[in-house]
Amino acid sequence: MNRRHLILVGIGGLALIAYPWVFRSNYAVDIGFLVLFAAYLGQTWNIAGGFAGQTSFGHVVFFGVGAYVSTILHATYGVNPWIAWPCSALGGAIVGWLIGTLCYRAGLKGSYFALITLAVAEVGRIVANSLPITRGGLGMLIRADLRAENFQFKDPIWFYYIALVLCVLAMVIAWGLTRTRFGARLAAIRDNEDAAEALGVNAFREKVKCLTLSGGLCGAGGTVYAQKYLYIDPSIAFSIDKSVEMLLVTLIGGPGTVLGPLIGSGVLHFIGELTRDLGAMLPSVGNPQPLSIIIYGAALIAIVAWLPDGLMGLFRRTVGGDRA
Amino acid sequence: MLTPEILVAGLVNGLMAGGIYVLVAVGLTLIYGVLHIINFAHGSLLMLAMYAVFFLWRKPLGLDPYIALPLVIAGAFAFGYLVYRALIGHFSHGKDENILLITLGLSIIIDNATLFFFTGDTQTIEVTYAGRMISLGPALVPLGKLVSFAGALLLCLLLGLFMTRTDMGKAIRAVAKERQGARLVGIDVEGVMAISYGIGIACLGAAACLLMPTFYVSPSSGHAFVLIAFTIVVLGGMGSFKGAFFGGLIIGIVESACGLWLGEQLGQIGIPLVFILILLLRPSGLFGAAR
Repeated sequence: MNRRHLILVGIGGLALIAYPWVFRSNYAVDIGFLVLFAAYLGQTWNIAGGFAGQTSFGHVVFFGVGAYVSTILHATYGVNPWIAWPCSALGGAIVGWLIGTLCYRAGLKGSYFALITLAVAEVGRIVANSLPITRGGLGMLIRADLRAENFQFKDPIWFYYIALVLCVLAMVIAWGLTRTRFGARLAAIRDNEDAAEALGVNAFREKVKCLTLSGGLCGAGGTVYAQKYLYIDPSIAFSIDKSVEMLLVTLIGGPGTVLGPLIGSGVLHFIGELTRDLGAMLPSVGNPQPLSIIIYGAALIAIVAWLPDGLMGLFRRTVGGDRA
Repeated sequence: MLTPEILVAGLVNGLMAGGIYVLVAVGLTLIYGVLHIINFAHGSLLMLAMYAVFFLWRKPLGLDPYIALPLVIAGAFAFGYLVYRALIGHFSHGKDENILLITLGLSIIIDNATLFFFTGDTQTIEVTYAGRMISLGPALVPLGKLVSFAGALLLCLLLGLFMTRTDMGKAIRAVAKERQGARLVGIDVEGVMAISYGIGIACLGAAACLLMPTFYVSPSSGHAFVLIAFTIVVLGGMGSFKGAFFGGLIIGIVESACGLWLGEQLGQIGIPLVFILILLLRPSGLFGAAR
C-alpha cells in the first residue's frame, strides 16, 4: 500500500461515514445498509472462498444458525441480544469447524465441497422448519421495543453504522490475511494444495481454522439481520439466494482481495436499483424483480468468462498501475 | 399405525417416485461421467423442458406429451449442444469450479426468465388416461407413473447399449477415461463433450414428457430436483447408469420411508443426509469405480 492508496481509502471511508448525513431519507439509508451488510457477508465468504479457495454454495448455513441462536436466546429465553450476539458468532464458528473437520477429513475438495455445503444448508432449513424450538415454518418474531439496550433502534442510521463497523472489521481481518503467515499458508493451499503440503503446511488444520473463522463472522451477521427486521423464518435464514449473493458480490468485486466484496456489493445493488427503476418505467412489465436477478446471473457468467479476478483485477490492470 | 399395507403402499409409491428421479439423474450422471463437471443448471433445464411440453400440449398445438416425446428430445439435445458450445466449453477455461459457477449463473437466468415470462403460476396438463389407477398389490398407482417408471428403465438400457455398442458411445467413454489419449487417436474431444452434454439434456427432454402427465411445472420446480439428482448420481457412483437406476429407486424409497417415519416436514431431511453421508463415507458410490 503506497500513499496514493491510503488517500483513496481515506476518501472512500469518509464518504461511507458521511453518506447517511448527505442522503437522509430512510430509503437511502436502508439501501446503504443493504450494500454494507451484503459486503460484510460477502467478505466472510471471501475469507474462505477467495483467500483459501474453498468455494462454498451454502454459506448461508452460518448466517441462519447465527440468526436462530441469538433469536432463540433472546425471544424465548429473554437473554439480552447484545449478549446473545457473540453466542451467534460462536454457533457459526462451531458449524464451520464441524463442516470443515468432516469434509476435509474425508478429503472433499472443489465442487464436492461446494455441493456438501449446499446440502448442509438444506439440512439447516429442514431442521428449522420442523423443530418446536424454532417454531417451524411460522418463523420467530422478536418483540419490538425500540431501545438501544435491546439492539433495536428508532433511527435506521444506527444499523447503517453497525453494518459499516462490521464491514470494516471484516476488511481488517481480510487485510490481515494478506500480511500474516496464516494468510500466506491459505494462499499456498488455494494455489496448489499438494505443493503447500510438500512444503510442510498442514492443509487440513489451516482450512478448518479458516472455515471456523469465516463461519463465526457470518454467524454474527445473522443476529444483525434478525434484530433489524425483527423476524426470521427457515426460508429466509437458509435461503440459497443469500449463499449465491455472498459468492456473487465477492466474485464480481474480486475474490481474494480486501476491497472486492464491498465494490461488488455496491455495483450489484446499483445494477439492481437501476433495472428495477427501468423495469417500472416500462408499462408492460408486471414484476421487474426477476429482471435484475437475470442480470446477476449474466454478470456471474461474464465475470467467470472474462474477469476471473473481478473488478479489482480490472482496476489494477488499467488504472492502478500497481504491479507489486 | 404402520400396518404392512401402508408399508407396502409406501414402498410402491417410493419406487414410482424413484423412477421419475432416475429419469432426471441419468442425464446428470452421463454429463458428470464424461465431462467431470457438475451441471448445476440440470434442474432449471428440466423445468424448461417441462414448460416446452406444456406449451406443446396447450391449445393451438394440442400435442399429447407422449407423442411430443421425439420432438422434445430433439429440441433438448439441440439446446444442450448449443449451451455447451456457446457457454460452458467456451467460458470455463477448463476449470471445474468455473463450470459450476457458469451453470449456476445459467440456472439463475433460466429460473428468473421463466418467472418473468410465464409468471410464478403452477401449470398442469390433463390427459385423462394418465390418472387411471392400476392396482399393484395393496397400492394404487396412476398409469402415468407406471409409464414413467418403465420409461426410466428403458432409457437406462438404451443409454447403456449406446455407450457400449456404438462408435459414438466408445468415443464418449474414451474421452471420459483419458481426454489426452482420446485427442491423440483423433477423437474431436470438444465435439464429443458437446454431444455428451446434448445427450444429457435430451434425457431431460424425455424425463419432462414422462413427468408432465402426473406432475406440474412452475419456475421453481427445477429446484426440487437438483439436490435429489445429485444425491442419486453420488449414491449410484458418478457416471454409472446402473448406479443411477438403482440409486434413483433407493432414493425414492428413502424419501417415502422418511416421510412415513419422521413426518412430512422432518422427513425431507433424508435426501440431503444420504447425500452428505455418501460423500463423507463412500464417495465412489455403490457402483462407481474407486478413484
